[in-house]
Amino acid sequence: MSRERATNELWVPTGVGAVLDQYIGVLFTFVIGAVVVGVMVSASALLGGRRRTSVKDEVFECGNPSSGPARGRFSVQFYLVAILFIVFDVEVVFLYPWAIVFRELGVPGLVAMGMFLTILTIGLLYEWKRGTLVWE
Amino acid sequence: MIPTFPAIAWPALLPILMVSGLGLLLLGAGLYTDDEETLGWGALAGLIVAGIVTLVLVGGESVRTFNGTFALDGYALFFDWLFIAAGALIVLMSMGYLGETDIEVGEYYALLMFALVGMMVMAAATDLIVIFLGLEIMSISVYILVGSWRTQPRANEAALKYFLLGAFSTGFLLYGIALIWGATGSFRLDEIAARLPLADESTLLLAGIAMLIIAFGFKVAAVPFHMWTPDVYEGAPTTVTALMAVAVKSAAFAAFIRIFLWGLAPVHADWWVVLWVLAAATMTMGNLLALAQRSVKRMLAYSSVAHAGYVLVAVTSGSADGGAAALFYLLVYMFMTVGAFGVVAAIGRAGEPLENIEDYAGLATRSPLLGATMAIFMLSLMGMPPLAGFAGKFYVFSVAVQQDFIVLAVVGVLNSVVSAAYYIRLLVAMYMTPEPAEAPALGRRPYLIASIVIAAGFTVLIGVLPALGLQVARLSFLSMQ
Repeated sequence: MSRERATNELWVPTGVGAVLDQYIGVLFTFVIGAVVVGVMVSASALLGGRRRTSVKDEVFECGNPSSGPARGRFSVQFYLVAILFIVFDVEVVFLYPWAIVFRELGVPGLVAMGMFLTILTIGLLYEWKRGTLVWE
Repeated sequence: MIPTFPAIAWPALLPILMVSGLGLLLLGAGLYTDDEETLGWGALAGLIVAGIVTLVLVGGESVRTFNGTFALDGYALFFDWLFIAAGALIVLMSMGYLGETDIEVGEYYALLMFALVGMMVMAAATDLIVIFLGLEIMSISVYILVGSWRTQPRANEAALKYFLLGAFSTGFLLYGIALIWGATGSFRLDEIAARLPLADESTLLLAGIAMLIIAFGFKVAAVPFHMWTPDVYEGAPTTVTALMAVAVKSAAFAAFIRIFLWGLAPVHADWWVVLWVLAAATMTMGNLLALAQRSVKRMLAYSSVAHAGYVLVAVTSGSADGGAAALFYLLVYMFMTVGAFGVVAAIGRAGEPLENIEDYAGLATRSPLLGATMAIFMLSLMGMPPLAGFAGKFYVFSVAVQQDFIVLAVVGVLNSVVSAAYYIRLLVAMYMTPEPAEAPALGRRPYLIASIVIAAGFTVLIGVLPALGLQVARLSFLSMQ
């Protein structure tokens, strides 16, 4: 199915069939992937030998001897630190692009970033004042 | 390409900016004081100033900003005012309520303001993505508010239920937005409306519309997407329940009406049947289930489901008159429902809530004022002239009849009759049942009483002078662009 497309127009799909056509390659990739993986896994399960030892049955923890169950409890403070991290992370994500176009954006850009940073700072101060940074 | 700072219409954004700033201030102030009255007065003063600024802006002309994704027209300002008024009444209610709970006062008021900001963004957005942003700002704040009474198990349960189902419905909204983009190639409602008659991608478009209906159905609590409503409304602190019942629902309707009666108006023939069924089911199920409730808070939750159905009747008819009737109904519904939940808060007690219908026995003799105002709200919700609820229902049903949705109007009127049964049952309990001997004393709560009286005053006022309110609603709807 061929289709003419004007280069200067926004492309609008013209039928479900037209959309699906484009994904035929993806479909093939899925099928080939499933076949290859299926053959490999089943072949190694059928042909490979099995020798169970106590070391092999252990939980794999990057080669280290395992230390306790995976579902251990940990302090809720990690969660608060993670939130704190997001505050700075988001801040930096926006600060770098701004730094590049700092001169072009001029005073309005400075004001807008000032507002953004003020809001983030209030969040940081709030966490600080609430004692999140004090590790108990 | 030299990047330039986009032109932004700052003055028109003032209401949103003011309420955002107010939220930040309250968050900071909450670190230094836990006094519900000090913070409450601050919130109230800020909201009143924002409300006045909004009224001043109404006179100005409509502005579009942020590359046309944001319209500050009469429609947005109408809802801004509605949200600010609801927020102010709820702040007033909270000033007499928070002291009996374990809620962090500063955080509570700050989140309330942020929720209002989200609602105002939803009402002003003319772009599906910006609507989604507003919805998220609002929803996340309200999820936390529902669970803000952390030591109350049923509030925790309500927060978790609301969060899970709310997040699920958000997924539907995003999927719907994506499909509509696929069908039309735009997120902007004006462009979608312009391309719709040409787009022949009907399967994608219809699937997208269906997803949007599901998502907004969750938010406005329309049957069959209402399952969370009674549990969440019952478990949340009563002031937050009032916020959800009026402001969250109105915000969802604000976006819903803008999308369906403007962006998707050219394909009205494709979606009215779905909304017809949804409206009829919502009215009928809401009212029938409300009949069976013993808890007044649950009863009001089901009643709010039923009222979403009445608004859906107006949306289904799909005309400018329908839009105006829906806006007017939301305004009326706001005052009567905030007031009704105010009375529930005034009678309830912290930790040991008194919200069953037996607890209202003889209320009229224990507190004539609470009894009389609750009677006004119940009669208005029922649709008794000359109260506001009657005017709201009258316009909704007359629009339905004008647009030839006669069966739907008949279903609606029959539902009003059914609803009378449970509203009157409460009146009977208050006025004709002797008060129990060991009835706990009602505390003195001046702020709570003030908010209830103001809500009752507006319920009567709009009922007596409905034409003015309807005219405002009509002009607001027509200013949508």
